[in-house]
Amino acid sequence: MALTAVPKKRALPGRPGKPGEPGKSGKGGKPGLTGKRGLPYVLIAPAGLLMLGFIAYPMLSVLYYSLQHYNVTKPWRNGFAGLDNFREIFFEDPLFWQTLAFSAKWVVAEVGLQLLFGLALALIVNQTFVGRGIARALVFSPWAVSGVLTTTIWILLYNPSTGLSRYLADAGIGEYGTSVLSDTGTVFWAAVLAELWRGVPFFAILILADLQSISKDLYEAASVDGASRFRQFWHITLPHLKDAIILSTLLRAVWEFNNVDLLYTLTGGGPAGVTTTLPLYVANTGIDGHDFGYASALTTVAFVILLFCSILYLRLSKFGGDDK
Amino acid sequence: MTAAIAEKGAQVPAPADGETPPPARRKARQRKLDDGPPRWQIYVPLGIYLLFTLIPFYWMLLFALRPSGSTSLVPWPMTGEHFEKVWNERSFGTYFLNSTQVGIASMVMTMAVALAGGYALARFRFRLKNAFMLALLCSQFIPGALMLVPLFETFRNLQLINSMWSVIIAETVFQLPLSMILISGFIKNVPESLEEAAWVDGCSRLRAFMAIVLPMLRPGLIAVGSFAFVHSWNHFLFALMFLSSQEKQTIPVGLNTLIGSDSVDLGALAAGGVVAAVPVVIIFAFIQKWLITGFSAGAVKG
Repeated sequence: MALTAVPKKRALPGRPGKPGEPGKSGKGGKPGLTGKRGLPYVLIAPAGLLMLGFIAYPMLSVLYYSLQHYNVTKPWRNGFAGLDNFREIFFEDPLFWQTLAFSAKWVVAEVGLQLLFGLALALIVNQTFVGRGIARALVFSPWAVSGVLTTTIWILLYNPSTGLSRYLADAGIGEYGTSVLSDTGTVFWAAVLAELWRGVPFFAILILADLQSISKDLYEAASVDGASRFRQFWHITLPHLKDAIILSTLLRAVWEFNNVDLLYTLTGGGPAGVTTTLPLYVANTGIDGHDFGYASALTTVAFVILLFCSILYLRLSKFGGDDK
Repeated sequence: MTAAIAEKGAQVPAPADGETPPPARRKARQRKLDDGPPRWQIYVPLGIYLLFTLIPFYWMLLFALRPSGSTSLVPWPMTGEHFEKVWNERSFGTYFLNSTQVGIASMVMTMAVALAGGYALARFRFRLKNAFMLALLCSQFIPGALMLVPLFETFRNLQLINSMWSVIIAETVFQLPLSMILISGFIKNVPESLEEAAWVDGCSRLRAFMAIVLPMLRPGLIAVGSFAFVHSWNHFLFALMFLSSQEKQTIPVGLNTLIGSDSVDLGALAAGGVVAAVPVVIIFAFIQKWLITGFSAGAVKG
């Protein structure tokens, strides 16, 4: 109490009242802006309603069903389940742990490699050279390609009898008849390579955008002082890119975790389930297996895992912090 | 003669890049100034990466253009048989129209709703603002694939299953949060004093927004709008789940059917892939420059 009294006294002569909310007298207090107090609510209403109806409501129904036995093919068992589904997930379901581990491996490999190549690519096409415009357009173009189209293209490339490996074998490199997608030893890297092909441009575009906001003067000053190109990169470029890299890696990690299109169409989670991610497992359980209660519980667990990432994401990026 | 796509990608943005001075003399002077790395350090890695990017595209065009059974590495003699087959027999003509409809409708809806919401977030303080921002961010972490079943039930209750609107609404809803965050970032970058000056001159809020803010948002809006279009053009699961009749399906679902058929017709598959790729690659070539400026306009930094 005593603490709050002190700033209040100081605030009194200038502007009486509301010492705790100095920000309110900022934008909201300007004449012309406060005229329609309800306007911001009117403006966010369409977005709010859409998100309530088609994100919040389905999400709540997932939460509700996660506490139920709900399986269309086993109606006699349907009913309140308590935490049964969750107990089964954590203690009795090796597939959950297996698919979660694969998801983690997939996300780490993809995000790490995409960042590495994306950064290198952005640094290259940020230089001034002849043909830069064309080079940028070409190397960035897979960004616009969908997961299913990526599968289409790489199925053509990986096909053992008409794909790239056959022509390489004709030229004496490698063997005939190797199908990288049906071999459990090679399928992971085959899928990683295909996803890398369309994922690198995302990083390259974001990093290039940020690179362009670095003042040229910094580099000039550094090179006058005799700093090598590598030290310029290490002490100027990388610190500047830090925020963009944190943000894009986290966004991408979540995206790669959730993304189902490519693996669903390229490997179908196979061979022998070795490329099944957690979301793919959930989709199989809920859609093909009709066990919606269990799939809902899995969804809830996946969401909590991702929410953990989102908190990390908010902390690291300090997103929206400029308002306070 | 080579990749039609590659050519399109190459030709379109070239004039856009004309702003950075291309003449050789100017370039030589610049190189002395900022003392870039030796040319080979640019061209060698770039060349290797270009091969990695372009061989897959070329492979698809090769299969789409050469006759069935040919093993030539050059699409000559060229044939249109695969395109004819895919467009007519495999209904890619219909899919193409459907995908275009879904893409344009969800782009327009996303932009309209996100502009209104983004403006409110950028220019007002209100009680629910922080909660709303948090909801926007959290929604980014909801696995879209995991929402399929509850969304299916929702649309069934609304009797929208097997209607294009189910897909359009779902695409819009999942595009909204990111679009709104990006757009509110762009609006924050437009000085508020410009708008205030217009109000003093007697403009209404709406008119001031249309006349002053909207034109300044152009690069950002082009980026966000093309994002929305390309995203829903490419998206696969919603259409697969919500549209049951074949004549309403979109291109990605059509491609998946070709991939999944027992004896895959590689020529038809490749031609279908080209049909799926051409619009987005053309759009991409046009917006590529705005994409980068749009992001550097402060989106990444919020």
